Amino acid sequence: MRDMKVQPGERPDEVDLLPARELADVLPDPVVLIDAHGATRYANPAAIASFGALRTGTLLQHRFRSPEVQKLLMRALSDGSEGQIEYAERVPVERAFLISIKPLGTAAGLFLVHFKDQSETRRIDRMRADFIANASHELRTPLASIAGFIETLRGPAREDARARENFLQIMQAQTSRMARLIDDLLSLSRIEMKPHMRPQQKVELGPLISGVLETMSHLMRDYDVEVSFTPPAEPLSVPGDRDELIQVFSNLLENACKYGQEGKRVEISISEGYGSGPEAIVCFRDYGPGIAEEHIPRLTERFYRVDVEKSRVRNGTGLGLAIVKHILTRHEGRLTIHSTVGEGSTFCVHLPRG
Amino acid sequence: MQSSHIVRAYDQELAELGNRIAAMGGLAERMVDEAMSALVNADGDLARKVIADDAALDEGQRWIDEQAVQIIARRQPVADDLREILGTIKIAADLERVGDLGKNIAKRVVAVAEMRQPVQLFRGLEALTTLALTQLKEVLDVYASREVSTIGFVRNRDEEIDAMYTSLFRELLTYMMEDPRNISPCTHLLFCAKNIERIGDHATNIAETVYHVVTGEQLPLDRVKVDKSHQIVVRARTSD
Repeated sequence: MRDMKVQPGERPDEVDLLPARELADVLPDPVVLIDAHGATRYANPAAIASFGALRTGTLLQHRFRSPEVQKLLMRALSDGSEGQIEYAERVPVERAFLISIKPLGTAAGLFLVHFKDQSETRRIDRMRADFIANASHELRTPLASIAGFIETLRGPAREDARARENFLQIMQAQTSRMARLIDDLLSLSRIEMKPHMRPQQKVELGPLISGVLETMSHLMRDYDVEVSFTPPAEPLSVPGDRDELIQVFSNLLENACKYGQEGKRVEISISEGYGSGPEAIVCFRDYGPGIAEEHIPRLTERFYRVDVEKSRVRNGTGLGLAIVKHILTRHEGRLTIHSTVGEGSTFCVHLPRG
Repeated sequence: MQSSHIVRAYDQELAELGNRIAAMGGLAERMVDEAMSALVNADGDLARKVIADDAALDEGQRWIDEQAVQIIARRQPVADDLREILGTIKIAADLERVGDLGKNIAKRVVAVAEMRQPVQLFRGLEALTTLALTQLKEVLDVYASREVSTIGFVRNRDEEIDAMYTSLFRELLTYMMEDPRNISPCTHLLFCAKNIERIGDHATNIAETVYHVVTGEQLPLDRVKVDKSHQIVVRARTSD
């Protein structure tokens, strides 16, 4: 049995002397210490992970500009009062925080700003609304067509065996389309639900892509497309989430095979480049019909389809690239698309290396 | 940090200018975001709020102009400080324009909401707004952090916005050709898209100003305009 009597600490003076910085370092929530002008004196690792480098001297009221934060900081800095407000960012990833500020009792003129991440509750609400809106809109078309066929099967086509077979086939295609649509909507929602923290796991790209090729070999056979890929001589790795990157590359490969089928071949290449810093670039090149210029900037929008009919025939859900874009945003990467009509398209994934 | 000034009051004055820019930036970001959600959700109340908010931005710009002129007259700043103050004047002017463009979108909400519009009409516009807002946020974040190493990259985003705008232009024209009843709402949406594209241009201007303030050098002039909407012609289908 444990002794229930409260024991005084062994060396209370040690606790008294704990530096504020060491305490801030172990907190899971972002914490920033600012001086009486609002200038950052110290940002703990969680704050840097969430908001990027907050250099000493960066004025907090410049970094968090919403009118509410401005008011909160101005009041606190002028009369030393404490306060709490909600703060939301919409771009590049939606997040929300409860920001509270309190003057530190011991060190005169220092304030502690604490950020409580509330993105999850907000995202759940948003996800529910989005899911319902998207699902109801996109599921209505296949549902309506199935309902129509059922009606025909019970009525005029009741005795017609050939028509029945034909209709049942269409109905099966429609139901599998609906199932795929729900899968894609769910996986998009799942990704959107994840907290905005840049993945830190090291992922080596060469073996990862070879793995994707292996699991998707049946697809390449089905479409009769030759895929060529040479892993880089030097191992090339990026910080990332393994499963999410697999999804990115699978979606791009599937698209390249699906829409570049006429070209018979797809080339995957890995290279190093420089964007806002050193980055790894993975390109998927197909030799299909290509995409007209006006569609290219719109491809990553949900349910945007260059050709609605063609996409339906090829089992597209209109969500594949939206998922890719979302994952890349979380990785602080980007997708660039180059295409010439008649010559094929190149989709390149840029992932920062550090 | 920066070279220390003997006169503390002067530091205080410079800090106030910067704080006011940040406040204006935050308000401008908020206005653009709210104007777009008012448009998408046909929310007249939110639109009126955005229109009212613009007064605060105008007031902010006037304050900064006056204050900056006074500081220049009284303190006769040179080098870094002079660049900082001139930069403040320029950024305030750009932010004030961003607010005007946001207000203009809000003003069109009622006209667009008169007839319920199909949802895909707004998707492109929302995506364009996200791009422009991301760009604006990035440049204002650089103003806060003074980390100009990524700013050339920020400026390149403008190309994405231009390409997206060109695509939307074509899409809206197509809707107008399909059904003449679309002409009036689509024309308003076209202006909204143009306004957002302009917001991207102002963000680019701010990026150039910030770069100059921090480094004392100009960003190289290699901006390529990819807005090709001036070339677009959509041919009418002749019925035969």
